[in-house]
Amino acid sequence: MTIRYKITAAFSALVLFALGALVLSTNVSAAGEGKITGTVKFTGTPPHERPIDMSKEPYCQKLHASNPVKTENVVVGPDGSLEWVVLYISEGLSGSAASAVSSEKPKWDQKGCQYIPHVMALDANQHFLVTNSDPTSHNIHPLPKAGGGNNQWNKSQPPGAPPIDTSWPGEEVAIQVKCNIHPWMHGYMAVVKGPNAVTDEKGAYTISGVPPGSYTVTAWQETLGTQTQKVTVAAGKPATADFTFKGK
Amino acid sequence: MRTRSATRLTIFAVILLTALYGWGQETQSSEDQRLNLEAHVGKMTGQARVGQPIYKRFCIGCHGPLGDGQGENAQWIDPKPRNFTTATFRCRSTPTGTLPTDQDLYDTIGRGLVNSNMPHWLPLTNHDRVNLVAYVKHFSPRWLKEKSGTPIEIPKEPEPTADRIKVGQTLYQKLECWKCHGVEGRGNGPSADTLTDDENRPIRPFNFHDSEKFKCGTADWQMYKDFMTGLDGSPMPSFVDNVKPDEAWDLVFYLRTLQPMNSKEKQIAKQLGLKPIAGAAQPPANNPQ
Repeated sequence: MTIRYKITAAFSALVLFALGALVLSTNVSAAGEGKITGTVKFTGTPPHERPIDMSKEPYCQKLHASNPVKTENVVVGPDGSLEWVVLYISEGLSGSAASAVSSEKPKWDQKGCQYIPHVMALDANQHFLVTNSDPTSHNIHPLPKAGGGNNQWNKSQPPGAPPIDTSWPGEEVAIQVKCNIHPWMHGYMAVVKGPNAVTDEKGAYTISGVPPGSYTVTAWQETLGTQTQKVTVAAGKPATADFTFKGK
Repeated sequence: MRTRSATRLTIFAVILLTALYGWGQETQSSEDQRLNLEAHVGKMTGQARVGQPIYKRFCIGCHGPLGDGQGENAQWIDPKPRNFTTATFRCRSTPTGTLPTDQDLYDTIGRGLVNSNMPHWLPLTNHDRVNLVAYVKHFSPRWLKEKSGTPIEIPKEPEPTADRIKVGQTLYQKLECWKCHGVEGRGNGPSADTLTDDENRPIRPFNFHDSEKFKCGTADWQMYKDFMTGLDGSPMPSFVDNVKPDEAWDLVFYLRTLQPMNSKEKQIAKQLGLKPIAGAAQPPANNPQ
């Protein structure tokens, strides 16, 4: 009787140990390997994006005289592709994949009285640079929601001023950024945990650095809201998640 | 069977009540924690609990029972009463995005806010006002997690000179203050009519010819602080990263020449025959990178 117990105990200990080793090894070796790719489309009639009147800033008006800049609330390509959609993993991340902060320092430029890019995705505590490429002053005024761990600030950046190097401590999708001097300027910074992506002009995206596992991917668009999908990433095989947002 | 389901129901009810009680405890304790907040001004210490009845007597009408600026008088007045729950304050000695010091809030209560319905509260005792600061802080959990910002340094004020005033005027043009405040400082710049505060309510830039007082104090050093720290929650940004202390004083002296009261700066400007800037002219060619 006691021998049997001992054997069972030894066996289960072995199994537990093996399982533990397996879990650890997959975590270590697979981190940074997997990918989630896809495209985001828009169906229906896209809202009218009106040309922006920049006459209050003669420099910017002249710059865009032949090709006026349009509002970017819903940017739809000829084939229905939807640009500026943020994609991030809202559930399923664990350990280092969730807590890792990208060392990349993306640039948030003010150029031609526009934010380039219009939408940016970041990790919490990931540093980014705010730059001014215009020969005119801008004030950068991000407006996070109160009580969400991020605080609003408002800084003037005259022409030729050095970049502002900063980060957001709290997750928030998404923080609106505006310039009070040029009220048409607006953009969003989506602060998330873990790997993320923003769709390009073809509506395509790739979230890289995703360890194998099952996840919920969330797509966020500034006026169309959020959608989620469950995906499974296997080692060496990118998962696909396509999204479609419907217009009214 | 019946007793069984009754037992189950009881267990369920107990669990539910425990959970609710626990939740209640948690919010209660957060409220308790906030009510334990203190304010320190000089040698005085204010207590939120002591400030509470004073707030209920004098402040609640406009700032509301929740401190969210939605008191029963709020709908009739403009500018709107401050919402304390976000802890975003205009008049600070601290950098943009940070909490003001207790002294900043204490000064605001004692000074009142010009061009608004907020009177000065000097009839209250100093201790009452410190206690009020503590109670005002209690409305936002930010005060439990964050410390006040480090006040920006304000070097000793130099003597206003003609040169300084001229440099100040160049800065007024170069930093594009006129985009909102207008070429003559009348608050009628090209961007003035589209300005909104952080709650999307229309807001007017300051007209320097209108008043000799400023929202955040009348003294030169207070004016210095206004544009260096910015007025958080309003469109007025912080300039501290890009304006040197010496330049900041020059700007103060220039702005004084715009104001209605007689001042040393105004005399110098008169002697100089200082003309308003040509705002519509393009800023000096500065190659975009």
